[in-house]
Amino acid sequence: MSKNTSSSEFRQLDVDQYNEDNFREEDGEVTLPAGIDEDTVINLLNKGEEQEALRLLLANAPSASKGCNEQAKDLALSLVMKVLLNKSINKTKMDEIIGQLDQSLLDVLMKYIYRGFENPSEGSSALLLQWHEKVFNVAGIGCIVRVLSDRKRV
Amino acid sequence: MTEVFQFGVEPITCHAWNKERTKLALSLNDNEVNIYSRQPGTGDWVLEHTLSGHDLRVTGVDWAPNTNRIVTCSADRNAYVWCQDESGKWSPTLVLLRINRAATCVRWSPQENKFAVGSGARLISVCYFEQENNWWVSKHIKKPIRSTITTLDWHPNNILLAAGSSDFKVRIFSAWIKDIEPKPSATSWGAKMPLGQLMTEFSNSTGGGGWVHGVSFSCDGNRVCWVGHDSSVSVADASREMAKTQLKTPHLPFTAVTWISKNTLLAAGHGCCPMVYAVEDSGKLTFVSKLDVAQKKEASSLSAMRKFKSLDRTARTDSSDTTLATLHQNTITGIQILKGDKAGATSVSTCGSDSYLILWNFKDLPDTIADELLCHPITAWMAEPRTQSLEESIAELKLA
Repeated sequence: MSKNTSSSEFRQLDVDQYNEDNFREEDGEVTLPAGIDEDTVINLLNKGEEQEALRLLLANAPSASKGCNEQAKDLALSLVMKVLLNKSINKTKMDEIIGQLDQSLLDVLMKYIYRGFENPSEGSSALLLQWHEKVFNVAGIGCIVRVLSDRKRV
Repeated sequence: MTEVFQFGVEPITCHAWNKERTKLALSLNDNEVNIYSRQPGTGDWVLEHTLSGHDLRVTGVDWAPNTNRIVTCSADRNAYVWCQDESGKWSPTLVLLRINRAATCVRWSPQENKFAVGSGARLISVCYFEQENNWWVSKHIKKPIRSTITTLDWHPNNILLAAGSSDFKVRIFSAWIKDIEPKPSATSWGAKMPLGQLMTEFSNSTGGGGWVHGVSFSCDGNRVCWVGHDSSVSVADASREMAKTQLKTPHLPFTAVTWISKNTLLAAGHGCCPMVYAVEDSGKLTFVSKLDVAQKKEASSLSAMRKFKSLDRTARTDSSDTTLATLHQNTITGIQILKGDKAGATSVSTCGSDSYLILWNFKDLPDTIADELLCHPITAWMAEPRTQSLEESIAELKLA
């Protein structure tokens, strides 16, 4: 019979690393599709089509597990932040934009909001908190749970 | 009536009922399983036996209704089959699981001639009784499991096994033991069924994410449903070419799920409230109703006494009321059908980390819930006797 021991030293060892069939992330190369770059986003923003810009970015978000495709993810993040932190989006506009996104895109948007919190810039967090509140009101706590539990990050 | 019982302060990790539903086996998050029997007069639960044999926390318990045997599994990597002798004493038989990690869940097969144990050793032990040696032996299902098996459920044909795992997959395996069973006939999941055959595999989410916490086969065995830690509820249908439908809910994740009719699901978990979902023939999942009316307690006016008490205790003037509006005050850890079966249940029991065991009677739900259930054609059956009785009472009134 096994007994619990008071020693926990053995927990420092990763004995699973010697297994052959360990769990592995299934990751491929992901990048933003051609045609979605800074110019397109800025063009759309200038035309006042924030809705379309955000939808385009969220639908094509490069998501992969931690440490994978970081370059593509950072590029996408900076573009999404350009839209989210755009001065022309007021509170009613936010509601309008969120109301037109479907649930899977809202999950992605929530991921970007949390990514935005990680690297704050001047005044960004206050705006992102507003976005967070509004997305939460629509998609509920399940949306936050999915940000936490999803292996694929943005 | 919804009946609420409390068994102390420790979490209830798992519970199981005997065939007559007069006795209850549960583990209070320790190395023992307590058997309670219900007093006919008072309705109180009286501790009848304590099954102690495990060294570490019991992780799973299941009670075979017809053969009246209990199987328990534990973090000490063992499983015991408990049989009752004439004097009523329960005695254990050790089962050789041959695993090097904790056992996590256990389920008797429908015919009760074998059971399956999931474990952290990334395998499922299918155990059966070997007559000539007079002991329980196990056979392993290993491939292609990549992580801990968290939940199991048997197909009604006694052969197929659904296993949910923390590698974000639900897999259907064949658990055919050719030494004790005749060759199984083909099912919608496939025809060839040697032991360990992977019939099919479903990912919980495309992104990869969400440990699978609960699985359940439907009464006809053609559909399987599961819940994951990404707050999702999913159904896959073998009769419709393994079509998978998923609903990502706005709630906290569910930890347990079961079918309560051919097209109705009951899921419960971290949200502390059991919820009813309807599954259409097309596979579409819809939320219908919570089974618990949130009773927000009226904010009683703050008395001077309470104000100073609160100030003293928490250094705040506002009273900090941490009670939840639901009956369960913490995560629901398990659901069992109390009356009826997966084809049509009329009563279920849930146990939770708050040490509560709650019996939910569908025939006696509050009006607000019954109305919601009646609004959906699939779940109307749960509230139906009420409408009949209402009509009857109207008829009676007319007669009078």
